[in-house]
Amino acid sequence: MTVPGRLSDPYASDGGSANLADILERVLDKGIVIAGDIRINLLDIELLTIKLRLIVASLDKAKEMGIDWWEDDPALSGAARRRELSRENEQLQARIAELESRHDDSRDAHAEVVRDE
Amino acid sequence: MNEALWYVYAVVRPFEGAPPDGVRGLDGGPPRLIVHRGLCAAASPVPAGEFDAAPLRAHLEDLDWLAATARAHQAVVAALSSVTCAIPLRLATVCRGTGGVRRLLDSGRARFVPALERLDGRVEWGVKVYAEASAPEPAPRAKPASGREYLRRRLGQRQAREDTWRQAGALSRSLRRTLSGHAEAERLHRPQSARISGQAGENVLNAAYLVPRERSAEFVALAERHGSRVAGVRVEVTGPWAPYSFAGGVDADGGGADGPDGSR
Repeated sequence: MTVPGRLSDPYASDGGSANLADILERVLDKGIVIAGDIRINLLDIELLTIKLRLIVASLDKAKEMGIDWWEDDPALSGAARRRELSRENEQLQARIAELESRHDDSRDAHAEVVRDE
Repeated sequence: MNEALWYVYAVVRPFEGAPPDGVRGLDGGPPRLIVHRGLCAAASPVPAGEFDAAPLRAHLEDLDWLAATARAHQAVVAALSSVTCAIPLRLATVCRGTGGVRRLLDSGRARFVPALERLDGRVEWGVKVYAEASAPEPAPRAKPASGREYLRRRLGQRQAREDTWRQAGALSRSLRRTLSGHAEAERLHRPQSARISGQAGENVLNAAYLVPRERSAEFVALAERHGSRVAGVRVEVTGPWAPYSFAGGVDADGGGADGPDGSR
């Protein structure tokens, strides 16, 4: 427990006691982003963090009270969030279209030659 | 040949000794230190069934998995930063084999080296301000006698709440001024939802400060003293953290940050 050079502190942040929100906001959004060999589309993580952000309450109230210093964070400004949502919407629509066309393809395949994509 | 996957937590300078006893990585054992050309990656072998691209993508959407992984990641980073300067990588940075870890150190070298120099001897402190929900009127024992009485009660509650918010906002501003003068850098994070943090009250300010380690006690005392002034407003200090909020610097991964279309 006592490691030389360790700052003695009552605010242990070493995992056990730190609150999950504090940890997530750091390990998901901060730190150095560098691609390893396992490429996860950043978008996947972004969607997840957006979901976490949607759970973040009290923004409207804070804005109403003039407490809005995170407004320059593009992830939080209203315009950026709307853009995010419309992008997600477009992606979902594209995905649906793709699934529908596959469905059609597979129906056609019964009658015709199997088409490989 | 199917190489093992390695999860990289952080980059440090090669250092004397070992990570503190008792720290466990994702594999349940102490993190391994992979040294390469003057840099050192702290990493653990992880199962492909969990960390190869497809399962990883699925797991990232699983809040329980995410929470456990995030805590393990943070535990290793915190342990390292108690003995040396640790530059945390983002969650789920995974390489193929120790060769992959060395390639990562090479490809990130231009960012790791300056970050290690800039952040050596510094820690991050989190400072949050909460507006405590004014204790709800002791549940109206008597039903409001009239509609007007009901409205008056509601209005009173609302005004009390807004006063607290106003005070929390004012305190946040003065706190930021004071603390900025005692820190090397400041970053503002979005306020947290009580639903995730489990904290009482509404989070009004969520800031991080980069502070020389030896001036930490002074910084924390300052924050806490400043915070104890106003009723209904609470200041919470967390740390010391590894300098997560300051590791990326201004050039944090040029791609992706502004959205895929690059527009702002």
